[in-house]
Amino acid sequence: MLHTVNKSPFQANALLSCLRVVKKGSAILLIEDGVYGALVGTKATPTIQEAMKNSKVYALAPDLEARGIQDNVLKGVKTIDYGGFVDLVAEYDTVQAWL
Amino acid sequence: MSDEMMEDEGTIKKFGYVNRKAPYGTVYALESLEVVLIGAAFDQDVSVIFMDDGVYQLKKGQDTKASGMKNFSPTYRALEGYDVEKLYVEKESMDIRGLSTDDLIVPVEVKSSEEIMQIMEDQDIILSF
Amino acid sequence: MKFSIMISEGPYTHQASDSAYLFTKAALEKGHEIFRVFFYHDGVNNGTRLTTPPQDDRNIVNRWSELAQAHKLDLVVCVAAAQRRGIVDPEEAKRNSKDADNIAPGFHISGLGQLIEAGIQADRLVVFGD
Repeated sequence: MLHTVNKSPFQANALLSCLRVVKKGSAILLIEDGVYGALVGTKATPTIQEAMKNSKVYALAPDLEARGIQDNVLKGVKTIDYGGFVDLVAEYDTVQAWL
Repeated sequence: MSDEMMEDEGTIKKFGYVNRKAPYGTVYALESLEVVLIGAAFDQDVSVIFMDDGVYQLKKGQDTKASGMKNFSPTYRALEGYDVEKLYVEKESMDIRGLSTDDLIVPVEVKSSEEIMQIMEDQDIILSF
Repeated sequence: MKFSIMISEGPYTHQASDSAYLFTKAALEKGHEIFRVFFYHDGVNNGTRLTTPPQDDRNIVNRWSELAQAHKLDLVVCVAAAQRRGIVDPEEAKRNSKDADNIAPGFHISGLGQLIEAGIQADRLVVFGD
């Protein structure tokens, strides 16, 4: 299953709620303001590091770049473009959007 | 991959509705309920999941007279008549908000986060609100 | 693979419509089929041709119309959500005695059943919202 998260972890509980019910082997894609969850040195960093033990974590590059944070991405978070987003949706059976 | 096979006309899919927003402050709860009602006519296998502030949608005693909005909470009680019987509420979301099943307008199945995870995984399609 | 898309937010306020558009475009470029794009909640506001953004900004509505024309996309605006928010096609205008319509080219207004059908017919449903 693919989970998309589009909220900043500092503003909403979307990421935390997602992580509560994410199954081992799932993928989490951070988009829109969700990409702030992909950064190093924030209060949310340990949370996403923990999530990366069980799930693959991706962040949408165009959204990182738009926000000027493309150089601050945590190691192990894979950055992808919209084509990569499409591939993820195709790869996993279902998509849950954490809005 | 099996999901690339052609679906038959009569295919029944597992439709999961995930409700995470409180009622009234935004329209999502009401318009989600409208989808569930319309969707019921399609004879799919429907599950409705309430978590985060979505659990407040089911709170008893909603009275919108003074706020001037439409009280749509009685509609949740009508879902059974549309054969929408699988209503799941995440326990942790209820606990955080100090709610118990006694506070809810309809009978629901209270599920752990782990169980909600499995219910979500079992769906073919998830509509998120 | 066959995808359906649901968009729950209007243009400009929230990024959802931009994300959905770029996703849809990328999916088409990769040879996938878009069974339907369904506009719900404030997403119905993507379907008004009266939108006039500044010259130096993207025209979100026209972009959808053009993509629809190029790829014969089925852009469906939910009737119940549209009625609440004043998105009207000629038929609806007549039916509800309105003095104008505002639906953009390529969009059409239909029922919520179209969203359910989009879920039934497609291999994947992707939701973009807030």
